Amino acid sequence: MSTLEIRDLHVSVTDPAGESQEILRGVDLVMRSGQTHAIMGPNGSGKSTLAYAIAGHPKYQVTKGSVTLDGEDVLAMSVDARARAGLFLAMQYPAEVPGVSVSNFLRTAITAVRGEPPKLRLFLKEMRAAMADLSIDPVFAERNVNEGFSGGEKKRHEILQLQLLNPKIAILDETDSGLDIDALKVVADGINRFRATEGHGVLLITHYTRILRYVKPDFVHVFVGGRIVKQGGAELAEELETSGYEEFVKKAGAPA
Amino acid sequence: MAALQGAVETTAPVSRLHEQRSYDPADFGVPTGREEEWRFTPLRRLRGLHTDAPLPGGKVTVECDPAPEVTVENIERGNRRLGTAYVPADRVSARAFTSFAEATVVTVPRGVVASRPTVISVRGDDPAGAVFGHVVVELEPLAQAVVVLDHTGSATYADNVELIVGDGATLAVVSLQDWASDTVHLSHHHAQVGRDARFTHTAVTLGGSVVRLAPSVRYAGPGGEAELRGLYFADAGQHLEHRLFVDHGERNCRSRVTYKGALQGADAHAVWIGDVVIRAEATGTDTYEYNRNLVLTDGTRVDSVPNLEILTGEVVGAGHASASGRLEDHHLFYLMARGIPYDEARRLVIRGFFGQLIAQIEVPELHARITSAVEAELA
Repeated sequence: MSTLEIRDLHVSVTDPAGESQEILRGVDLVMRSGQTHAIMGPNGSGKSTLAYAIAGHPKYQVTKGSVTLDGEDVLAMSVDARARAGLFLAMQYPAEVPGVSVSNFLRTAITAVRGEPPKLRLFLKEMRAAMADLSIDPVFAERNVNEGFSGGEKKRHEILQLQLLNPKIAILDETDSGLDIDALKVVADGINRFRATEGHGVLLITHYTRILRYVKPDFVHVFVGGRIVKQGGAELAEELETSGYEEFVKKAGAPA
Repeated sequence: MAALQGAVETTAPVSRLHEQRSYDPADFGVPTGREEEWRFTPLRRLRGLHTDAPLPGGKVTVECDPAPEVTVENIERGNRRLGTAYVPADRVSARAFTSFAEATVVTVPRGVVASRPTVISVRGDDPAGAVFGHVVVELEPLAQAVVVLDHTGSATYADNVELIVGDGATLAVVSLQDWASDTVHLSHHHAQVGRDARFTHTAVTLGGSVVRLAPSVRYAGPGGEAELRGLYFADAGQHLEHRLFVDHGERNCRSRVTYKGALQGADAHAVWIGDVVIRAEATGTDTYEYNRNLVLTDGTRVDSVPNLEILTGEVVGAGHASASGRLEDHHLFYLMARGIPYDEARRLVIRGFFGQLIAQIEVPELHARITSAVEAELA
C-alpha cells in the first residue's frame, strides 16, 4: 500500500525574461495505490507542471509545499532517486536519445530500478512479451530511443516502460493525446493491466474525457489556474464532457 | 546552450589556402602562428618540429603486419616512388619528407582483395628527440584493402602518409592516435582517389599532448567517393586538431566528412577545419561535411571552421554543418526519470553520440577497443 501526498504545492518557472512565474498555486492531493485519479483541465492550467514537478524536472522550482511518497520527502530526492522510489512519469513529449537503443535503455533502467541487472535471457523474454502486449514491433528493440517514432509509437513505448519498471505510482501526462482510437485502446489496455495489479496507483492527466471511457477513474479533479477547483467521482468527467471547463475558468477568475 | 565558440570565417578562398606545395622546407617560412593554417596550433608545444633548427633523434619503431596478399617494402628516402601522390603542403610536412630514414610501402596488386586488415604499428619510445616518417599505401586498380595505422607510445613525430587508390579500387584506412599523454604528432594523410574508386578514412584521436592530423583527398578521375570520419576526445591540456581538405576537381565525385568530438577538463582544445573546394570542372559533385562537438565541462575550447568554396553552378549537393554544445538536458532528464543515475545517463548519451561512428569502422576487432577507450575517458 503506497500513498502519494501532495500538500499546498506551489511551483514557479523562470520565463525567458528572467521573471519568476507561479504556475501551481497550492495543490492538495492524496492518492493511494489501488486508486485511479484523473486530473482534467484546460490547456495552460498547470497540469503538466504538476507532473514534471513531481518527477523533479529542473525547470520547475517548488517554492512552497510538500510531496511525499509513503512519508518520504520526494522533493529532497534527485530525479533518478524518485524513479527508484517508485514514481513513474509517462511523458507527453518523450525525448529522442540518439545512439541509445531501446533494449539497452530498458535494460539499464530496469537494472537501476531493481538494483541488479536482469539475466539477459530473462530480460529479453520479458521485454518481448511486454512489447507483444502493446503491439510493438520487435524491431523497435534495436531502434534508438524514440528516434523517428510516430506519436503513437512514443506513447506505447512509455507504457512499455511503465509495465517493465513496475512503479508504485504512475503519472500519465496526456498519454492519450495524439492517439487514434486503435492506439488509444492498446494504451488503455496497458494502463488497465498495470492498475489491475496490486500496489499500483494511477494519476491520469488529460484534457479530454475520451480515455476515461476506457480507463475508469475513481476520482476526478478539475484543475484550473494552478490548483484543484473541484473534486468528484467518475460522474464529474461526464459533466465536463457536456459543460466544458468554461464555468470553472470563470469562477476561478484565471486565464484558461 | 549550443555555444559555438570561435567559428571564425577565414578570409582567403579555400582554393588559395592550399595552393602552396613543395618538397623543400625552405619554400615555407617558419610559422609564427599568424598564418591561417597555423593560427590554432600551439607552436611552442611542437618541440621545434616547425622551426629550422636541427633536432636530436628520438626512437619510433614502425612495424607492418600485412595481409598475406599484399607486399610490404622498406624504401629509402630519395626513391622516385615516394612523393608521387602528395607534395607537402606545409613546413613540417616538407621537413618530414626531407628527413625520414625509410618509408614503409604497402602495395595491393591489381584486382586483389586483401583477406584481412594490414596493420602498421607506429610505436614511440622517447618523446625527447624528433622522428620523421613516411608511409605509402598503393592499391592498384580494382584492388580492395583495409589498412590500420596504430600509433602508440611517447614520441615527437611528424610524417606523411600517401594513399593511392587505383581506378575501381576500395581502400579503408583507420588511423588510431592512441598516443601516451606526452606525444606531439603532426601528420598529413593524403589520398588520391581514382576513377570510380572508393576511399574511407577514419581518424580516432584520443591520446597525445598535441596531435595535428590533416587528412586530404584529391580525385584522379570521375566517379570517386571519399568518406572521412573522425572521433576525438580532448582531455585537460590536450590539443587535438583535425584539418580536412577535399579538393573536388573531377566530375561526379562524392565526399562526406563526419567528425564528432568531446571535450572535458581545463584547456582541452579541439580544432576542426573542414575545407572543401569544388572546382569549375567538377560538375555533378555531391559533398557534405559535418562536425559536432560535445562540451562536457567548463574551461574547454572548440574551434570548428567549415569552409566551402564552389566554383561551378552544377553541383548535386554541397553543404556543411557545425555545432558545439553541452549534453542535452532533456536527454539526461528522460533517462534519469527512469531511475538511471546521472553518471550512467551521461555515459549512455555520450556512448550513443559516438556509437554510430564506431559501428561504421571497417575493422570490427577495433570496435571494442575504441569503445572501451572512450569509456576510459569518461571514467
